[in-house]
Amino acid sequence: MKTALELANVAKSFTMHLQGGVKLSVINGVTFAAHTGECVVLAGPSGAGKSSILKMIFGSYRCDRGQIVVHHGQGHAQERTDIAAASPRQILALRKGTIGYVSQFLRAIPRVPTLDVVAEPLITSGVSRETARKKATELLRRLNIPGPLWGLPPATFSGGEQQRVNIARGFLAERPILLLDEPTASLDAQNSEVVMQLIEERKKRGAAIIAIVHDQAVRERIADTVIDMSGFAAAA
Amino acid sequence: MTTATDEPLLIAEGLTKRYGRQLGCRDVSFELYEGEVIAVVGESGSGKSTLLQLLCAQLEASSGRVLYRMRDGATRDLASLSEAERRFLARTDWGYVHQDPSQGLRMAVSAGANVGERLMAVGQRHYGNIRHSASSWLDRVEIDPGRIDDSPRTYSGGMRQRLQIARNLVTQPRLVLMDEPTGGLDVSVQARLLDLLRGLVSDLNLSAVIVTHDLGVARLLSHRIIVMKGGQVIETGLTDQVLDDPREPYTQLLVASILPP
Repeated sequence: MKTALELANVAKSFTMHLQGGVKLSVINGVTFAAHTGECVVLAGPSGAGKSSILKMIFGSYRCDRGQIVVHHGQGHAQERTDIAAASPRQILALRKGTIGYVSQFLRAIPRVPTLDVVAEPLITSGVSRETARKKATELLRRLNIPGPLWGLPPATFSGGEQQRVNIARGFLAERPILLLDEPTASLDAQNSEVVMQLIEERKKRGAAIIAIVHDQAVRERIADTVIDMSGFAAAA
Repeated sequence: MTTATDEPLLIAEGLTKRYGRQLGCRDVSFELYEGEVIAVVGESGSGKSTLLQLLCAQLEASSGRVLYRMRDGATRDLASLSEAERRFLARTDWGYVHQDPSQGLRMAVSAGANVGERLMAVGQRHYGNIRHSASSWLDRVEIDPGRIDDSPRTYSGGMRQRLQIARNLVTQPRLVLMDEPTGGLDVSVQARLLDLLRGLVSDLNLSAVIVTHDLGVARLLSHRIIVMKGGQVIETGLTDQVLDDPREPYTQLLVASILPP
């Protein structure tokens, strides 16, 4: 197992200027690593900063302190990039080929049909539209999204359907690092099973997965390492 | 990333514009790479449109400069180009999409002529080819090619805006500047236009600077955001970073002011 991602002394706080400059410290001193083929589950109560950590790794939250080092590239082209200090272009390049993120909620785009929502990350990483759509079809079928929905924008879908569309989108392109924010939260047992199988397949193929999972059974099945986030609470 | 050795397409360095004692914008600097879309957001009067006009040399900067990488690979200061060279760039390598399509179109000639005119500017003379390109571009922006001989006066606001986009893109520009491209359109027409722009920008690998006060438009189209206030840049970053984790008081106010549907 090789190191895929290392966090060292990561801290995050928010300054709320509209609330008189209140400073909310979320996390402090977060240190852990994720390796290839490993699933790291972030545990802890709501508000412990679990989603914030995923967003910081993805680069959509800024990092106040510490390092978030991504190992990417293969063979002689091995590289390390510290997300906390990376330029927007570097972060975008990592999102194109290295880091995948399944957010808690799907952000639907008006007019864009489900099939294209799912296929898009693969198209941006250079795969032909036709191939990407074909692969998207297979994954949607596997996640039990009925065929008649593929041509519709997902904005009006049920919560569980939207979550599965989001998962399909996040899993379609094979990224070496995958961030999952409660991927099974609004799914029934059958669909949770599919998602767990997808996670297991990705682990076998060497992906490093960092996930937030509250469900005990899901956690026991997929987690190799559990990080208790309450140990990183910021001193108030 | 160490593999990215490519040069920026456009570099703005310390751009400042004063209108008499009135400040347009002050000390704006950024780099734009090929395939990259930057949204400039901020309230009316924050200097967004001034900046856009400085970038394509429609306005002369009080200080600072704009560097542009020409098709031959040489990066030139726009101020050092001759008037003819700048006009040639504006007609071929750049697009400029106005909020009001009637400013970017010639309303007295047909839709087809509006698109064909830009092709003639790059030296195309064959009528059949020009008409064919115009027709396929109308189709691409979802205008019925059967309307090719109609005047844009007979078009709806949304169609005019799409025609303006076709006119700009037909010469395959590398840089497109857009000033509130969806302003003044009703929301369903906006959604259609945004969807179209999103597709075109990624298919053609366009670089674009989009001035907008609509953060939803910025979220959908841009990779990076520049937030302006009082003529100055107060915050920049990845689009989702600026919108999800805004740092400056004014940016937080902008983000908090959006009405959720």
